[in-house]
Amino acid sequence: MTEPILRIDDLSKRFGGVQALKDVSFDVFPGDVLGIIGPNGSGKTTIVNSITGFIKPTSGRIYFNGKNITGKPPHKIADMGVTRTFQIMRPYHSLPAYKNLVIPLFSPRAKRTGGWRGGGHLGNRQTIAIDILEEIGFERDSYIPFKKTSTLPTGYLKRLELARCLALKPEIIICDEVFSGLSMSEIASMVPLIERLQDEGITIVMIEHRLRELFQVANRVMVLNFGEKLIEGSPSEVMADERVKTAYFGSEKVEEVMTYA
Amino acid sequence: MTTQQSRKERIDRGIKVRSDGLYALMSWRELTYLTLPRFILIAGMLALPFLVPGMYWQRVISIVCIYAILALSFDFLAHYVGLVSLGGAFFIGTGGYIAGILNSYFSIPPFLTVPLAAIIGGAFCTLLLLPCLPLKGVYFAIVTLMYPLFMARIIEAFDIFGGTDGLVGIDSFSSAFLEQYFVICMVLIFLFGIRRFVTTDRGLIFTAIMDNDQAVKASGINITRYKALAVFIASAMGCMAGGCLTHIYMWSGISQFALDFSILPIAATVIGGSGTLVGPLIGCLILVPVSELLRDFGTLRIVFYASILVGFILFRSDGIMEFGQRKYEQFERWTNI
Amino acid sequence: MEILVYGTINSVSLALMGLGFAMIYGISRVPNFAHGALYIICGFVTWTLFYQFGLPYFISIILSLCVNGILGMIMYRFILIRVRGMNISEIIASYAIGLAILEALRYGGFRGMNYTLPVFMEGSLMLGGVPVDFHRLIMMVIGVLLVAGLWLFTHYTRLGLALQGMAQDERAALMLGIDSDLMAMLAMGFGAVLAGIAATLILPLGNIVVESGYNVLIMSIAVCIVGGLGSWMGAFFAAFIIGYAQILTVVFIGSHFQMVVALLAIILTLILKPSGLFGHQKELEERV
Repeated sequence: MTEPILRIDDLSKRFGGVQALKDVSFDVFPGDVLGIIGPNGSGKTTIVNSITGFIKPTSGRIYFNGKNITGKPPHKIADMGVTRTFQIMRPYHSLPAYKNLVIPLFSPRAKRTGGWRGGGHLGNRQTIAIDILEEIGFERDSYIPFKKTSTLPTGYLKRLELARCLALKPEIIICDEVFSGLSMSEIASMVPLIERLQDEGITIVMIEHRLRELFQVANRVMVLNFGEKLIEGSPSEVMADERVKTAYFGSEKVEEVMTYA
Repeated sequence: MTTQQSRKERIDRGIKVRSDGLYALMSWRELTYLTLPRFILIAGMLALPFLVPGMYWQRVISIVCIYAILALSFDFLAHYVGLVSLGGAFFIGTGGYIAGILNSYFSIPPFLTVPLAAIIGGAFCTLLLLPCLPLKGVYFAIVTLMYPLFMARIIEAFDIFGGTDGLVGIDSFSSAFLEQYFVICMVLIFLFGIRRFVTTDRGLIFTAIMDNDQAVKASGINITRYKALAVFIASAMGCMAGGCLTHIYMWSGISQFALDFSILPIAATVIGGSGTLVGPLIGCLILVPVSELLRDFGTLRIVFYASILVGFILFRSDGIMEFGQRKYEQFERWTNI
Repeated sequence: MEILVYGTINSVSLALMGLGFAMIYGISRVPNFAHGALYIICGFVTWTLFYQFGLPYFISIILSLCVNGILGMIMYRFILIRVRGMNISEIIASYAIGLAILEALRYGGFRGMNYTLPVFMEGSLMLGGVPVDFHRLIMMVIGVLLVAGLWLFTHYTRLGLALQGMAQDERAALMLGIDSDLMAMLAMGFGAVLAGIAATLILPLGNIVVESGYNVLIMSIAVCIVGGLGSWMGAFFAAFIIGYAQILTVVFIGSHFQMVVALLAIILTLILKPSGLFGHQKELEERV
């Protein structure tokens, strides 16, 4: 039995009168692709925000590699290798795409690791930025990496979010709905990217609404409902569970979704 | 009824398009096109002391430069870091008092007190503003507006550093000439230094923090540290201006914390063009002399520049600099549609 | 006992100053830095109408309140509406307007100590061994009535509910057919009238001096920040905290520190709990 890379213990969060999360615990093991699904308002983004330090949980503990990271500031957590993307993409809109990657390359972690492919030594930041962009799907010899992000289409922005995480050479990437807002063909090209990251040994936590693609890449799935954990298991187990069907899919559309998956 | 409709077309001048790249170095004409505005600014600033008549107006030049440094620091903080500080007077007052204290209590000559005031004052201001750095927008603006008032009241209440009378009998610069060239050089150094700095990759981090601080945090960068650095740069500039002011007037007092020093640089920035860095200087070159001309009218000059400020915010929020730039780089014509 | 009585009086006058500011910010999200100027203008208009034109005191007060309300609406309709939503421009523009008004008044000759308004009722009363004049009592009563009236107004009238709806979510209010610009203009008018009411109640206790315009602005900001920007009930309670704190410092430390307390309150509140003591804490949002 390997040690979990990320362990969440009885995480609770209360916003005023709203209980956004209630005693959620789960483990993430190295190399996992864990999917977290649940209806709107079930606390998925709250989990991301709590793990990455953007909000302080009301109670509960979060361990990363055995170290307690609960309540640490976001930049410290990112420095340890836990990175995240944002559901609402917020690139630095006044900068060109490759400069967007130069910013994370200034972080202490990038300096230590040298970026995604760097071997502990950080070279020219702009070159590294363009290399990473190319690997993630920006055409190198086009003008796209040099365009202002405010003019780029969503597909590129989602990739840019991922690239920003990769610039830190992360151990975990927590993806907050990377597939949402993308067209079918764009998703189809994202899936192999996720699989490649998994092959490289990066642990991925995905929060998703697009179940078909999620079930393709995820090896474990957790279902949240009203801030509580409903079930956790392999995709097929989750799909078979009656509670999930009623809570999440709604009773009559189950068959339709199942055939997709 | 038919109405003839027309719209204004703006087209880049040929020379602007041609001189955008490296090729500009190949022709004197294009080289001149690129460097002339900078050259005029630098030469004009350096020639100013010779151009104006009389002691009084030479003194005004120094004041213009002091306000320009302050306006520059405001512009840098507001438009490149995203921290809108209404506390220019806080920087001026802190710098002024530190220079005054160093000079009158320890009799350190002006050429040491000014840099010392910049460094100590910058550190002091940064330390006091450190807890406010997570604040944004209105909240940061209000808290910085309150700091100078707070400092003034503290000095008044504890009756320290000369109390309401202030510190008197401070040394002046050894000659008026030296004084003017010192502040003029400072303005030019800060202007071009900051312009260069904000476009370097490290300077872009500030822009990134302004665009989206969450993403910067998620990239493992300690934004408080960078914000503190920016505040230190800006407040050191302001404190240096304050130190100069103390030595020019040979006096430092509570009125250095007056709201004048907060509002005039902002007015100059808005008028000159916010976010351009040169704009604040141009704004000061216009506003301060005009306000000196109106000195006879007493408080009416505050009414005057407050109304100019409102007017510019409402109708010309891009400022003179943007306007001039457009005229220089593009020609406009009316076309019928 | 002295502390209790004077503390309460001070608190009520602070609350009166702050209510207008809190109301305008709460509804239209415009930090009205011209608040102090509106306050002083009302005093001068009343003075002019009463002494120069010889109108009855009560009528001149009513007239000057109307003038103030109209002035506030004009300020919104012609100036602030253009910078609405741009926080910093709002602050700078409204502050510049206030500055222009105050300094114009100063230039126009309203200086010195000779501008006073008569009190509503002469005489005083012993309250637990402390002499309190009737005017201060009237001020307290009106202050409390005003707060109660405002509460009833915003909870039980159509207009009040519309204003409240806009305060909570402007876009939703727009979709429900509430004209947000009209409402913000009305709010600005109301706020100006509240500033005027504060002025007519507080100014008779002293002289009308231009400088106090700045102090009123600072005090009202202090009250609103401590109470939480946008929540005027919070402002009312915060007024009591600051009011008592001020009287306590005056009694035990010295009158010089009265303003220091207010400024310290602003700075500390913003540092420790930016949403104010009674405001709603919003995580992951603009303010923190």
